[in-house]
Amino acid sequence: MKDELRSVTRRDFLKCLAKLAPAAALASSGLKLGTIFASEEPGGSEGEGHWYGMGIDLERCIGCGRCSEACKEENDVPREPYFFRTWVERYVVTVDREVSVDSPNGGIDGFPPPDIEEQHILRSFYVPKLCNQCARPPCVQVCPVGATFETRDGVVLVDEKYCIGCRYCIQACPYGARYLDPQTRVADKCTFCYHRITRGLRPACVEVCPNSARIFGEIRNANTPLWRFVRTNELQVLKPHLRTEPKVYYNSLDSEVR
Amino acid sequence: MPSQVKRLILLFGIAAAALVLVRFLLVPDSFGRYGHYRADAVDEVAGMEIRYAGHLLCQECHDDVDAVKSGSMHEAVSCEACHGPGNEHAEDPFENRLSAPRGRRRCAYCHSYNPSRPTGFPQIEPDEHGGEEPCITCHNPHQPEPLVGIEDCEACHTEIAKTKSKSHHLSLHCTTCHATQERHPGAPREMRPDKPRTRSFCGQCHGEDASSPETIPRVDMATHGEDYLCWQCHYPHFPEGRR
Repeated sequence: MKDELRSVTRRDFLKCLAKLAPAAALASSGLKLGTIFASEEPGGSEGEGHWYGMGIDLERCIGCGRCSEACKEENDVPREPYFFRTWVERYVVTVDREVSVDSPNGGIDGFPPPDIEEQHILRSFYVPKLCNQCARPPCVQVCPVGATFETRDGVVLVDEKYCIGCRYCIQACPYGARYLDPQTRVADKCTFCYHRITRGLRPACVEVCPNSARIFGEIRNANTPLWRFVRTNELQVLKPHLRTEPKVYYNSLDSEVR
Repeated sequence: MPSQVKRLILLFGIAAAALVLVRFLLVPDSFGRYGHYRADAVDEVAGMEIRYAGHLLCQECHDDVDAVKSGSMHEAVSCEACHGPGNEHAEDPFENRLSAPRGRRRCAYCHSYNPSRPTGFPQIEPDEHGGEEPCITCHNPHQPEPLVGIEDCEACHTEIAKTKSKSHHLSLHCTTCHATQERHPGAPREMRPDKPRTRSFCGQCHGEDASSPETIPRVDMATHGEDYLCWQCHYPHFPEGRR
C-alpha cells in the first residue's frame, strides 16, 4: 500500500489536480444557494414589494393530508377526488428498486398501510405537491387570452372572467397542478391562498400543517421562516431540467420523485 | 387616383376604425396595466373570503388553551388543524360554534402507524392501542405528553395489561379492583394482592342503582346470572369476550 502511494509523483499529482479543478468549480457553482432561486422577477416590481415562495420539509411531512383538506375548505375546490390544488403523494421504493406512487383522494382520508409488505420496502416517504408558482411559467406562456398571469409578487393566478376554458395551460403544466373546474368551466389552480397572504395570513395548508412541514415566506426577505429553512437545508426543486424556475423548494428530495 | 383605389382606401379606413372601436369597447380598462393581463383580476382573487382565521386570532380569546398548549408537543399544531375552519366562529362566536373531534378517527390521521411516516414521529397501531376508547380518555389533546407509569403493574403483568388495554376496562387502574399492599412488588408471593370476592363488587359500577356514568352497561344484580359469580362468565380483564 505504502509503495503504491509513493509511486504517485508530485508532477502527476499536480496534473491530476489541474484536471479536477474545473469540475470542482462547476459542481460548487451548482450548489450555491442563489442558483436554486428563481432569477427572473416579474416586471414592474423592481426589487421592492413581495416575492413569495414556499419551502417543503419532507423530513417533517407525516402524510396526514390536512393540507389537502384545508385547501379544499378554504378555496371551494370541488370535493370529487379529481380536483386538487394541493395533494400528498406517497412514494414506496422496494428493495428491488421498484417505485410505486399513490395519493388516495389526495391524502384527505389518510393513507391506508401500503400494499407492499414492510420487509420489502427499502424506503418510503410523503411528498406534498402543489402549483410550483414558476418564475418562468409555461402555463402563462401558452394562454391565448392572457387569462393566466404572474402577479408582481410572483404568484401565478387565473382570471376567472377571462379564461375561455381551452385547457392549454392544463396540458402545459409539467407538474399537473391545474384542473378545469367542473362548475365554472375555467382553469383553476393553487393561488398560494392569495386572498390570505395579501391580508398577512399564511396559506391555509401552511396554517393547518401540524408538523410544520410547509414553510411560507418571502424569497428576498432574510427575515422570514422560509429563509431559516433555506439556510439550514440543501434545497431542490421539481423537474429543474425544464428551467421553469419553481418557487416551491424541497429538502431531502429523493431522486425518484417526479 | 383611380376610383377603385379610393374605395379600397375608404374600406381599409373603415376596417381600421372598426378595429379601434371594438378594441376600445372589448378590452377592459385595466388590461395591460402591469402586463398582458387584466389588473383588476388580482384584486378580485385577493378579495375572496377567508375561512381559516389563523391561530393568532384564536389566541385572542382562547388564551387559556394557548397557555396549556404552548410548550407541549402540540405547540405547533394550529387550532384549526383539529377544530376546522374558524373564521365564521370568530365573527359570531355564539352563533357559529366549532366542534371538537372526540372520536379516534382524527387523531389517527397523524398518529396511526404507517411505514411511510418519518421515524421517531409518535405512532400507534389503532387496533391494538387503547381498545375502542376515544383518545381523549387518556390523552389531553392540548398537552399530549406521553403517559408514563400509569400501570406500574405492567412491568411484571404484561400479558394482562396488554389484554386489558384492548378492553373497555382499560382506563381502570389495577388497584381499583385489586387491593395491593405496598410491599407486593418487593415480595410478590408473600404479599399477594386481593381479588374481588362478591357479586356486589361488580355491582358498584354495573348494578342498576349504581352511580357510575350512564354509558356503562347495567344489569339487575338480583336476577342476572342467578347465583354465579360475575367472573365465572365474564373475564374482568377483557369483559367483551365470552368464557
